Amino acid sequence: MKKNKLLIQNSITYAIIIGCWILVQILASTGHMTSLMKGLLVPLCIYVIMAVSLNLTVGILGELSLGHAGFMCLGAFSGAFFTNCMANVIPSVQVRFFFALLIGALVAGVFGILIGIPVLRLRGDYLAIVTLAFGEIIKNLLNAIYVGMDQSGFHFSFKDTTSLGMDDTGVVIIKGAQGITGTPKAATFTIGIILVLLTLFVVLNLINSRSGRAIMAIRDNRIAAESVGINITKFKLMAFSISASLAGVAGVLYGHNLSSLAATPKNFGYNQSIMILVFVVLGGLGNIRGSIIAAVVLTMLPELLRGLNDYRMLIYAIVLIVMMIFNSSPKAIEMRSVFMDKIKKNRKEAA
Amino acid sequence: MAMLEVKNISISFGGLKAVNDFSVTIEKGQLYGLIGPNGAGKTTVFNLLTGVYKPDTGTILLDGKNITGRSTIEINQDGIARTFQNIRLFKELSVLDNVKVGLHNHFKYSTIEGILRLPRYYKVEKQMNERAMELLKVFELDSVADYKASNLPYGAQRKLEIARALATEPKLLLLDEPAAGMNPNETAELMDTIRFVRDNFDMTILLIEHDMKLVSGICEKLTVLNFGQVLTQGDTQTVLNDHRVITAYLGE
Amino acid sequence: MSFLSYLINGISLGSIYAIIALGYTMVYGIARMLNFAHGDIIMVGGFVIFTCVSTMGFPPLVGVLVAVIACTVLGVMIERVAYKPLRGASSLAVLITAIGVSYLLQNAALLIFGSNARQFTSVVNVPSLKLAGGALSISGVTMVTILTCIIIMAGLMTFINKTKIGQAMLAVSEDTGAATLMGIDVNRTIAVTFAIGSALAAIAGALLCSTYPSLTPYTGSMPGIKAFVAAVFGGIGSIPGALIGGILLGVIENLSKAYISSQLSDAIVFAVLIVVLLVRPTGIMGKKITEKV
Repeated sequence: MKKNKLLIQNSITYAIIIGCWILVQILASTGHMTSLMKGLLVPLCIYVIMAVSLNLTVGILGELSLGHAGFMCLGAFSGAFFTNCMANVIPSVQVRFFFALLIGALVAGVFGILIGIPVLRLRGDYLAIVTLAFGEIIKNLLNAIYVGMDQSGFHFSFKDTTSLGMDDTGVVIIKGAQGITGTPKAATFTIGIILVLLTLFVVLNLINSRSGRAIMAIRDNRIAAESVGINITKFKLMAFSISASLAGVAGVLYGHNLSSLAATPKNFGYNQSIMILVFVVLGGLGNIRGSIIAAVVLTMLPELLRGLNDYRMLIYAIVLIVMMIFNSSPKAIEMRSVFMDKIKKNRKEAA
Repeated sequence: MAMLEVKNISISFGGLKAVNDFSVTIEKGQLYGLIGPNGAGKTTVFNLLTGVYKPDTGTILLDGKNITGRSTIEINQDGIARTFQNIRLFKELSVLDNVKVGLHNHFKYSTIEGILRLPRYYKVEKQMNERAMELLKVFELDSVADYKASNLPYGAQRKLEIARALATEPKLLLLDEPAAGMNPNETAELMDTIRFVRDNFDMTILLIEHDMKLVSGICEKLTVLNFGQVLTQGDTQTVLNDHRVITAYLGE
Repeated sequence: MSFLSYLINGISLGSIYAIIALGYTMVYGIARMLNFAHGDIIMVGGFVIFTCVSTMGFPPLVGVLVAVIACTVLGVMIERVAYKPLRGASSLAVLITAIGVSYLLQNAALLIFGSNARQFTSVVNVPSLKLAGGALSISGVTMVTILTCIIIMAGLMTFINKTKIGQAMLAVSEDTGAATLMGIDVNRTIAVTFAIGSALAAIAGALLCSTYPSLTPYTGSMPGIKAFVAAVFGGIGSIPGALIGGILLGVIENLSKAYISSQLSDAIVFAVLIVVLLVRPTGIMGKKITEKV
């Protein structure tokens, strides 16, 4: 019985995503899509992937990470780097984009493991600050690095283009604070939706499997999990690196949606990580569908409030605070349950 | 050969000898009790046996194998499983899933097979469900298999902890105050369950308990711990009639 | 000589971090929450002084005083409205609310003052000190900053150890439940903690903007995060830890700016934090916590 319920729940989640895709196709073909909305479609997919993957770390594994944007940054840069390097080798943009996605996922996942090994020993708020620090370091390094390519191979520098010391055939690929420019705009809404579905497939199937149960067991009670023979380090790392690698995928999508990619505090800083965390918390910890809905609603909200101009971010902030208090305050929870009881009672009396 | 042979283990925390020169021998199939006043070091002994702490001195042999200094995970795989004094369930998981986590090392498929839902996933999951339901049935928890573990009543939570421990297929089961917080009826029922587990699972059981009715009712042998040291050990009736034991519990 | 001057400037910057970190550390110790909005209180303090001094023409000291009062009131108000209803809720819920407050303060400032940087007139009018025949020059702001930090630190230690409310703060940070049972008004203690933290943030704002005179709605955010790092560095919850962490952070940041790379200085600061936490998981002065099985 339980199995079926799970299957139905997951199917609904997939159906929502596919439904959204169909809806957008209809709106676009009937000309009801503003250019503003069109520009928002790929970012929406990116944020959904980010939120779902962060939920794996925060909701399923139960560890607070404030550096998720750092993994997105790694994915974006490694993906765009690949696409630009391979411009002469693989002419097809779509094929390059496909491999870039794999590479972005791989690079972010490997860094997830490298960072996770030392960091996941820390607990709670300490883990949070260290992940924030890692995110900032990644952003900072990618903002300062120069990488060029010539006949003899790759050249790195932290100073400027000339100190790369390349010959005439050299091309600068990552130009310090200017980042990577000239990446073909290969990301489309349909590809975005496919990647969202893929993310959901990985995360939902992981949760409902042997490894997923081990991860959630560690979250619920680390000591008990150890006592039944669960390898804590292995499963923590697994969850953390899968989460990182999906963020890497979102990053590649991001990098291929803009012609110029630079690491700024706005796109890859801790503020971005925090915004994704807000999606996850408001959507409900461990609730994957909630993350999707929260990511979509909260990304659209400031855009829908655009008419209010300068007031929109202020309203966003107030909505956020009020929602948190309404959702999590012990008093509000009590009041809600009293209210619900009253409704039930009234219904009974009416019947 | 004895199932568990502990020789002269000691551990101190900041100069305080929490367990001092503790030895015990438990034969296969025995129901053994570890009693003593509060703070005597009983739970510390459990923590030493399960690798939560490493003993400063002494050796622990499980079924002839030296397990001293091994990690909690390794010791579980060697064959010791335990329950906790303050219940430690996987609260957000279902009752069924709690037991399935216990089965983790005995029913395997890789993470990739799980994510891609390859045939082995379905096959092994089916076996796991069957095995877990069997265990739940023993503890009459099969009807609540879909409940969240934290929604179970207290007594059922204690039983679920035992079921989860048994799922790891141990040779030796450690129960830390299994009857704590239970009413006399529940305790009587628990005594039957513990006996049933011993007989049907071919289990050796070491338990910590304060409820003397339970101890005298099911334990064959006892060790009394006081201030981290063994006060006396032997047959249950002999030990319980020892005046030193009575003094240790009630004072001079 | 240049090394010495970098070092002194680093200590001065570190003193500002230390003053901000105090607010983080006290609030964390007592309310167990990461107050992400703390950095934005600094910015509010900066704008209050800017308005008082540059727009309304008050003397700088009056401006600072008004800012201290305004930030204290603001801090207590934020605690009352946003954090108090969430007492007993999950720490993550409180964290997100704090982030909401941070957005709110930033965007309110954006609405009132716009996004263009304002030129902040230094509130310190002390001439710079020339040593070693003019080879080493220490600016007035630097001296005042370091001095202020010492005075605040000494004052705070006395306050906590000698006054009743200070002792209550210690008790609440040790064990909130036990403190309640002993008749300590926990809500009042938390409110006082927020008041002190916010007042310190206002002072930090005055010093920060006097050292780096460009003021925007986001001015407080990065120093806030770094002060938070400093607090963790020193061992969050520990007052001497905040001082040590702050100064160390400032010195490391300034020296790496001078000798390694100004672009990478933030990365270096964060890398040092990670190394410290890996060696000492609860910071330099932090207490070791063990979980009972």
